[in-house]
Amino acid sequence: MTVLFGQLFTGISIGAVLLLIALGLALTFGQMNVINMAHGEFIMAGAYTTYVLQQSITGAGLSLAVALPVAFVVAGTMGVLLEVLLIRRLYARPLDTLLVTWGVSLILQQLARDIFGSPNVQTRAPELLTGNVALPGGLTIANNRLFILALALAAVAALTLALRLTPLGRRIRAVVQNRDLAAVSGIATSRVDRTTFFLGSGLAGLAGVALTLLGPIGPTMGTNLIIDAFLVVVVGGIGQLKGSVIVAFALGVLQATGEYLTTLSVAKVIVFVAIVAFLQWRPQGLFTLRTRSLA
Amino acid sequence: MTAVTPAPPSTVVRPAPAGAVPPNRPAGRSRLRTLAGFAFGAALLFAVAPLVLSDFRLALLAKYLCVAMVAVGIGIAWGRGGMLTLGQGVFFGLGGYAMAMHLKLADAGPGGMPDFMQLYGQLDELPLWWRPFASPWFALPATVLLPMAVAFGLGSLVFRRRVRGAYFAILSQALAAAMVILLIGQQGTTGGTNGLTDITGFFGYDLDDPVNQRMVYFIIAGTLLALLALTRQLIHSRYGELLVAVRDGEERVRFLGYDPASVKLVAYVVAAGMAGLAGALFVPAVGIISPALIGIVPSIEFVIGVAVGGRATLLGPVLGAVAVAWARTALSERFPGTWTYLQGLLFVVVVAFLPGGLASLWALARRRDVAAQPLRRGWLSLGRRRAERTEVPAA
Repeated sequence: MTVLFGQLFTGISIGAVLLLIALGLALTFGQMNVINMAHGEFIMAGAYTTYVLQQSITGAGLSLAVALPVAFVVAGTMGVLLEVLLIRRLYARPLDTLLVTWGVSLILQQLARDIFGSPNVQTRAPELLTGNVALPGGLTIANNRLFILALALAAVAALTLALRLTPLGRRIRAVVQNRDLAAVSGIATSRVDRTTFFLGSGLAGLAGVALTLLGPIGPTMGTNLIIDAFLVVVVGGIGQLKGSVIVAFALGVLQATGEYLTTLSVAKVIVFVAIVAFLQWRPQGLFTLRTRSLA
Repeated sequence: MTAVTPAPPSTVVRPAPAGAVPPNRPAGRSRLRTLAGFAFGAALLFAVAPLVLSDFRLALLAKYLCVAMVAVGIGIAWGRGGMLTLGQGVFFGLGGYAMAMHLKLADAGPGGMPDFMQLYGQLDELPLWWRPFASPWFALPATVLLPMAVAFGLGSLVFRRRVRGAYFAILSQALAAAMVILLIGQQGTTGGTNGLTDITGFFGYDLDDPVNQRMVYFIIAGTLLALLALTRQLIHSRYGELLVAVRDGEERVRFLGYDPASVKLVAYVVAAGMAGLAGALFVPAVGIISPALIGIVPSIEFVIGVAVGGRATLLGPVLGAVAVAWARTALSERFPGTWTYLQGLLFVVVVAFLPGGLASLWALARRRDVAAQPLRRGWLSLGRRRAERTEVPAA
């Protein structure tokens, strides 16, 4: 029983990381139908932001608290630059966007290598987040994992509220649902696109800060995470958040269970097969809006 | 935020095609020109290159030509069929591993085991799934049929359910990720991160001997030419036209009574077979196959050569792949960092601003308007939202 709950929590914490990354992707992919391969490098930018801030701010707790908003803005700004300079010019060529942003991600990785060096660097975690919480029944849960879970849930909650309640959120939803109709209704769609990209990329920055708590950071840290996060978005169904939330945790638990029952490598294959099987059942993802289009 | 989907494609602009398909040309002249082209290519590969290049450079060229074979397949699947496959490394790897397993077993002799198995694994005997590869009659067909079978399995599942575009690209990339993790994880039977190394024999020939290396080069060059001939026949057939039609207007093709899923499946499986063959020939040319050669990054690097050369043309992918591979060797030896920047820029500049690749420059220079269209589309579409639909070429 203890083992079962332990695995369940491991799965949930994998899912929380996936969710943090996938949230931003769900936003940009859903709205603009654009695959941003450089999203992983925005994560890296967030992580390195934490690292740089720790050089000047000595208190680990304080630097982490400062890093969260700063990383959000740094990654978000990078996202806006990418959107303005490249992505908006490739509108309606989603596959080409994928390749172009891959090129951008190569450049950003090399930039990180030139600035910070190729070896991984380590950040200090605040003392508060290094221990474990002991639960009745001999279970322990690492504080940093708990923090990431809380951060992911907070991000989901904030984003959901923003999309539901604010005028900006209303505009974003309108553009996602029908871009042309939104445009003729007087919404400046290109400005909305830019804001969406800022938010989505900013969330990647937050994910980067969270990842510094889990291990060393390096120039290629984004590449490995991004594919799983894309799978979350694809399986969850684009254009909305609840699919991504459910699928992120489901994939996390599946991965952890598979890992426990077999090995890490076999678990990855199991997850892939499960995804292909799932897409047989729901090729458009978990949640989709019925439209009359031929997509 | 509740259920929403992106703007329905019926109102959305279609992506500009990568390269317009040449209209039907007068058959006689075209055939003559193709024959002349093949003769020229054969002369270049079989006579000029071996005379001019040193043994070392010729071995490098052999390696590039293997990459070019993968590129030919990507040209069919992506350039002609619109399926951006980011997982060709998987098929390259399946072919390569099948060949390497056979060569390792042949090296070890009957009843022997590959050297690395004694090193890592506490294996007393050969794993069951290795055994068939001892026979060349199984291993050689497997280098092509195994990748094709995997592509058929994945393709028939996803195309039939109309998973396409970016979704398909991500799935194909995830396949590459899963394959690499599996290979590394099963170190005892796959060689793990190191892969299968020290391949020195090739059906009784010693690969350290320059003469035999040269023979391998000739086999590779001949195979590439054969694949090009096959591809030419394929893209000029009725099927080839149908494939382009599916790329440019899948729904229209469906309404005309064809099954787009089967059309795409054939192209994907053929591309996989070519990648498998390339992997199989890569092994004797280079002497190693490892996860680092087939993962996500190499898989997407296969694509950039195709984009540079011209994705929808016959020769573009080959020339592009060889050029990019050559530039990589030339530059990364001296300035490793610079090459990464350059490679990134290549992705950005070529794909964003020259989607027809260098082939479209060539066509522009020759003022062949139809073929030059992709170039103009590429430039004109910058910063502008196009509402035009692409022309479906007349059958």
